[in-house]
Amino acid sequence: MARLGLLAALTVLGLPVLAGLAGVIGPAFGYLPALGGQAFSLEPWRGLLAWPGLAGAVRLSVVTGFLATLIALGLTFLIVAAWQGRPGFAWLTRVLAPMLALPHAAAAFGLAFLIAPSGWIARGLSPWATGWDRPPDLLIVNDPLGLALVAGLVVKEVPFLLLMTLAALPQTDSHRSLLVAQSLGYGRTVGWLKVVAPRVYAQIRLPVYAVLAYAMSVVDVAVILGPTRPPTLAVQILDWTTDPDLSLRFQAAAGSVLQLGLVVAALGVWRAGEGLVGGLWTRWATRGARGVVADPALRRLATGAAGAVGLAVGLGLAGLFLWSVAGLWRFPAAWPEVLTLRTWAGEVVALGPVTGQTALIALGATVAALVLAVAALQARPDPGRWVLALIYLPLVVPQIAFVPGLASLALVLGLDGTAVSVALAHLVFVLPYVVLVLAEPWRAWDHRAGLAAAALGARPARVLWAVRLPMLFRALLAAVAVGFATSVAQYLPTLLIGAGRVGTITTEAVALASSSNRRLIGVWAVVQMALPLAMFALCLLLPALLFRNRQGMRTG
Amino acid sequence: MRRLLALTAALTLATADQTAQAQAQDGLAWDSVVAAARGQTVYWHAWGGDPRINAFIASVGQDLQARHGVTLEHVRLADTADAVTRVIAERQAGRDSGGAVDAIWINGANFAAMKDQGLLFGPFTQALPNWPLVDTTANPAILVDFTQPVEGYGSPWAMFQMVYEHDTAVLPEPPRSIDALRAWIADNPGRFTYPQPPDFLGTSFLKQVLHGVLDDPSMLMRPAEDADYDAVTAPLWTFLDEITPNLWRQGRAYPANEPALGQLLADGEVDIAFSFNPGRASAAIAAGELPDTVRTFVFDDGTLANASFLAIPYNAANREGALVLANLILDPAIQARAQDPAILGFQTVLGLDRLSDADRARFRALDLGIATLAPDAMGMGLDEPHPSWMTRIAEDWVARYGTAP
Repeated sequence: MARLGLLAALTVLGLPVLAGLAGVIGPAFGYLPALGGQAFSLEPWRGLLAWPGLAGAVRLSVVTGFLATLIALGLTFLIVAAWQGRPGFAWLTRVLAPMLALPHAAAAFGLAFLIAPSGWIARGLSPWATGWDRPPDLLIVNDPLGLALVAGLVVKEVPFLLLMTLAALPQTDSHRSLLVAQSLGYGRTVGWLKVVAPRVYAQIRLPVYAVLAYAMSVVDVAVILGPTRPPTLAVQILDWTTDPDLSLRFQAAAGSVLQLGLVVAALGVWRAGEGLVGGLWTRWATRGARGVVADPALRRLATGAAGAVGLAVGLGLAGLFLWSVAGLWRFPAAWPEVLTLRTWAGEVVALGPVTGQTALIALGATVAALVLAVAALQARPDPGRWVLALIYLPLVVPQIAFVPGLASLALVLGLDGTAVSVALAHLVFVLPYVVLVLAEPWRAWDHRAGLAAAALGARPARVLWAVRLPMLFRALLAAVAVGFATSVAQYLPTLLIGAGRVGTITTEAVALASSSNRRLIGVWAVVQMALPLAMFALCLLLPALLFRNRQGMRTG
Repeated sequence: MRRLLALTAALTLATADQTAQAQAQDGLAWDSVVAAARGQTVYWHAWGGDPRINAFIASVGQDLQARHGVTLEHVRLADTADAVTRVIAERQAGRDSGGAVDAIWINGANFAAMKDQGLLFGPFTQALPNWPLVDTTANPAILVDFTQPVEGYGSPWAMFQMVYEHDTAVLPEPPRSIDALRAWIADNPGRFTYPQPPDFLGTSFLKQVLHGVLDDPSMLMRPAEDADYDAVTAPLWTFLDEITPNLWRQGRAYPANEPALGQLLADGEVDIAFSFNPGRASAAIAAGELPDTVRTFVFDDGTLANASFLAIPYNAANREGALVLANLILDPAIQARAQDPAILGFQTVLGLDRLSDADRARFRALDLGIATLAPDAMGMGLDEPHPSWMTRIAEDWVARYGTAP
């Protein structure tokens, strides 16, 4: 039974990706009968190569992808190295965890309003410090190098990698290693980086790959913060996909295949780089420098980094909320001249049903993912390399490369445009995250409890239902919260599989993004963020309520 | 099947001679369309980027439900082409009936592409009971969209003409011709920009420039392939080469679209913006998004004008409901609501001389709004060039300015 669950889980993960990829490879080589593409040809590739922005777009995708991943990984390690085991670390993780639930688009909007020349930072300093009565003509958001895009990706990926690192720490024997390092005279931060970091990296390698693939192929964040002349390759592919000139669909498919190739090549380069950096790291570690002097400076740097990430997201969201209730708000006023609920009142009719639909789809996908994940883990608590790779497949293959093909498939089978099919499409992306969150607590569960139950005559099923699942209730809820947030944030699968008939908060919010109307974006971004956060809060409160008279189930 | 027959009858009759008898039967057939529509849910795919337009569509939905028992679902699009893509995907999958898109707000290249590919249902406009109220003489863009004959495949619902917007508190006397604009940009670096082509409004600005720099703009009415494209557009590129270093952000970045440009005006990042909706500025002032010192103006030798259409895909699942919707939007009360600057500020497609006294009074009673030009101050509406110009100019722009050096 459990083996069947594993099989089902792997099918859910692998099949849609492969089917979707097949659906773009045909058009990439000229085969798409509905648009008159009957024969195979290289014409789409010629069109792609003839696009003057190709070199720039590819360079942008690669550079921003690598930069964002390197910076996010570096900051994550620095923060954990400087703070693990200190007071405040638990608080830090508690603050960062809900940030995982924050949709990328909302964070990007918030950041854009914060750093733009007419944004909150410039307003706060004007005109008293800067002398600006009008916004300065500075290119900050949409800069040609993509630095704003990198910043937007970093503030969202640091919380993700941080949580992945926290989950990996128990398997690295970090406390005792650190103790030994410190007793040998190493500074706390440098000691962590030398002794613990390599082992942690081995554990979070796949999440890092997912971050790299995501950063290279993201659409919504790149539209909001990225350069426009040319944009990144993924954004250009979406532009071609939605161009009224239908022949560009072939070129878009060729672009998707190129995007996939780029991601695969980048992962290969990264993998090769791991070996190189590993060697250098070992030499650095064995050279014996204790790094005690650097410790305070590194800790301040880590605090600054964590603070900057938190502030960028926090202030950005506060700004969005303020825009949603703003009347006239001219530069350089730091506060709106008029506060009004007008925007909210105008949207409230549309918000209700969409919010309900979003929550239902997310719950459906999450519950299904939870069942599959438990079944799969029950069958193989310690997934091998290939199973693990398959779990990550939907996170590593760019959405823009396979979701359009998947949508065509759903259409042919008549499965599109219903809430159920959208929930199924979400399941492909929710399941990996649920497995990620659940895997470690599942493995760390104290098997002696199961042995005791079995000794008392309980069958394996009873052990699972009556002992293991209740003991892991908190972890199950954490998985629910993360899965729910993942489903809420899905854009491309909802748009394409939902056929316009099934909309969620995210598809509505991104559609409204085209309006550049900050008040409207503010309203929808606030709701888009509030729904997963409400789920997070519920998942935190529920155990406290249920276990209020169970001493052994309380934390801390 | 019965529904389909009634529909075919209505449409056949509508295109036949409008004798009295035919009109009587016409009414009968329309009645059966209305009867078949009752209980349907119409999915109207329309750009969803403007809260005022969204609210207006919601109000039309309430009327549609109250009068005809038809439910309206506004599918908010980020880009009209998403709906086109959707219909293409359906044909690709062989779904020739029961399609997800019942109606699309469309014009220009999207309309031309769908009509060329046979993706539209029609001709249907003459079957609409409110069609005789539409003034096709004063609004020739209703019959010819971007030089493409509409031929009844799209029902018009609003007229648009490009107007420029400026804040009188910052810029009391704006430039009123392409040449004056060129000089003004040189004197005021960083205070003007346009949406990045291939955006619709941005490319429209390029066409407006082309109009201004050509001695004989009539050649734009023919396909670009028939003209000496390089020679015709050379003055346009000279103009752009000259102004680009003095644009907002030195031309290193451009706003994405019309609302993004409007936001720059609201933030004081630029001094002149433009829009296809002559009532946009007034509506934005009423909503507290622009200061009440903003006014609109047009160029002395005219600005581009076009119409917005409602089209029905060939495979629409709720075709009758979509037809009833197309007719309802032409209702004088709803057209007057759209023209009210407190609601939308869209220009009506109806001829006031064709309306009853009571309906005419609805339009007369409208206050156009503080920043909206009176109809006689709108100047000449210029015909939109053939779509091929838009496509080629946008492509060339991307090659010349849209990819970083």
